[in-house]
Amino acid sequence: MTATLSQPRLLPSGDGAVTVEFSRTIDDAANRRVLALDRTLAREPIPGVTETVPTYRSLLVHYDPTQIDFDALGGKLGELAQQPVPPTEETRRWRIPVVYGGEHGIDLEDVAKTLGTTPDEIVARHIAGDYRVAMIGFTPGWSYLSGLQDSLQMPRRQNPRLLTPAGTISIGGVQTGVQCLAGPSGWHLLGRTAVRTYQLHRDPIFLLEPGDRVTFSVVDAKTFLEQDRAAEGGEIVAELIAA
Amino acid sequence: MSTLVIAAIGPASSVQDGGRFGAQRYGLTPSGAMDRLGLAAANCLVGNTLFAPGIEIGPFGGALVAREGAVRVALAGAPRSAEISGRAVAWDTSVTIADGETLKLGLARGGSFSYLAIEGGIAGEPMFGSLAVNARAGLGSPYPRPLQAGDELQVAAGSGTAEQRIDLPAAVDGPIRVVMGPQDDEFGDGINLFLDSAWKISATSDRMGYRLEGPVIRHLHGHNIVSDGTVNGSIQVPGNGQPIVLMSDRGTSGGYPKIATVITADFGRFAQIPAGTGFRFKAVTMAEAQTEARKFAELLRTLPDRLRPIESFDLNIEALQDANVAGAAVSAVDARTWQIASPADALTQD
Repeated sequence: MTATLSQPRLLPSGDGAVTVEFSRTIDDAANRRVLALDRTLAREPIPGVTETVPTYRSLLVHYDPTQIDFDALGGKLGELAQQPVPPTEETRRWRIPVVYGGEHGIDLEDVAKTLGTTPDEIVARHIAGDYRVAMIGFTPGWSYLSGLQDSLQMPRRQNPRLLTPAGTISIGGVQTGVQCLAGPSGWHLLGRTAVRTYQLHRDPIFLLEPGDRVTFSVVDAKTFLEQDRAAEGGEIVAELIAA
Repeated sequence: MSTLVIAAIGPASSVQDGGRFGAQRYGLTPSGAMDRLGLAAANCLVGNTLFAPGIEIGPFGGALVAREGAVRVALAGAPRSAEISGRAVAWDTSVTIADGETLKLGLARGGSFSYLAIEGGIAGEPMFGSLAVNARAGLGSPYPRPLQAGDELQVAAGSGTAEQRIDLPAAVDGPIRVVMGPQDDEFGDGINLFLDSAWKISATSDRMGYRLEGPVIRHLHGHNIVSDGTVNGSIQVPGNGQPIVLMSDRGTSGGYPKIATVITADFGRFAQIPAGTGFRFKAVTMAEAQTEARKFAELLRTLPDRLRPIESFDLNIEALQDANVAGAAVSAVDARTWQIASPADALTQD
C-alpha cells in the first residue's frame, strides 16, 4: 500500500477559489480522495481557506486572496492530497424510509419496463444497495449517492421535468439521489421519503454529510403520511443505524 | 423603532447583505448583494458595518414611506432619480425621511441595481448569519422572497446625525476581466471566439445567472461534465453555446464546462451591466486578478475615509444635476425579464 498517489490537477476558479480535481469522471477512488482532503482541511485548516465544497471528483476550495495566493495555497493542497487515504473511515450510516411507486414514484413502472423486469424487482434492487453520499449540491440538501448497482443504471430523461416533489428518491445514470426541496429534475422518480435532508429550525439543519452511508427501506403510503407529519414537526424520521 | 413601508417596488428587489457562507457543501448558495461595493458604500454612509442588510433595488423604481418615526437612509449603486416631497435627493448620499414622508425612486440609469441602506440595518431573523433573500430556498428575512408593495421593515429611528456624501472612485469602464478556467481545456478555438467577441446580457437574466448573447462557443468534447463546484462569476457554456455567468443565487454545483471566471474586482461592475448592453471580456493572469482582488478589498476597507460632510452648496448642485438628467436615460431592461428565472435554467444538475 505504498503506491504513489497521482497528483490532482489544480484548476483556477477565479481569484478566490481553486478546484482540486482528482478525476474527470465519476470514480469511487477519486471521491474517497476528495472526502479525505476535505476532512484533512477541516482537521488542519489552512489560514485563508474559507469554505470547501466536495463533489464526486473534485474539491472546490474557496479562499481569501488577501490572505493567501494561488501558488502558496496550491502548493499546500498538493502536499495534503498526497496523504494516504484511510482505508476505512468511521462514517455514519442512515436508513431512509421510502414509499415506492404509484403517485409517489411515477417512473417506477417505466423504469421496470425499460430494464426488462418488474417494479418489485426494481425496488428490491434499490433497497439492496449500500450507498455513499458523494456530494450535496444543486439545491439545499440534494444528496447525490454513489453505489447504484449496474442493473439499475439508465440514461437520464430526454425531457427533464420542471417540477418534481420534495423528498423525491430517483435514479439517473450511475447515481441515485435524495432530493429535499421540490424542483426540476431529469432523473427517474422511484419514490418519496418523508425525510428532510434540509430543514430550517431543526437541529441539525442539514441531515446528511458528504461521506455518510445510506440504505433505503420500504414503507407504505400510510406510514409515509405519518412520517411526513412527524418530519414537518421537526423529527428526523431517518434512522441512524451506526455512527 | 420606526417602520419603513414599501408603498411600491419593482421586481428583483430584495433584502440583501454580504451573504451566507459555510453551507455551500450542503447545496446552500451564498446569495447576497450583486454589487458589493454599492451595498458597502450605502451602509458606510449611515454608519453601518459594510455588509449590513439593506435593500437591493432592481431596475425599476419604488416608493418607501417612513412611519412611526423618521428613517435615515443612504443611496448608492446604480443611480436613479430620487426625491422626498418634491426635493431631489443626490446619489451616494445619506438622507433622512421624516415620519410620514415618501422617498420616491425612478428607473436605474446605466446600471441594474441600487442599494438603499438604513441606519441601524433591518430587523430580521438571520439564517446562517444572513438576512439575504434566496427565494428558491425559501430563505431570507423579514420576508423570504423579493419585496412587494405593502411590506413593512422594522428599522431604527433616524438618529438625526448630519448627512454625508461618499466620494467614490470614478466608474471604471473597459472589458470585464476574467481568469481562464477551470475547464478552458474543453474549448480549443472557442477560447479566442469568447475573448474576441462582443457580448450582450440577455433579457432572461436574473440573480441566479446572466445569459449572454453572442457567437456560439463550441465544446471539444460535448457539453456534459461531471458536476463540480461553482463560484460567483463562473462562466459556464451549456449545449447551445451561449455562456451563462453564474451570479449570487447560483447553484452550488453545475454540470456544464466553465470556460472562465469573472474576477472578484469586476463582479459587481459586471452585475450592473443592463440587459441588452454590449461588453467584452479580457483574460488576465491569476497574479493580476489577485492583485486587483486585494486592491478591491482595500477600497472596501477604506470606504469610511471617503465620507464627506454635505455642504448646502454640494447638495443643491448635485441635486439639481440629478434632477436634470432624471428620465433622460432609461434602463434597457424589460419588466418581464426580472423575475425568478424559468426553472429550466436550473437544469445543470448532473
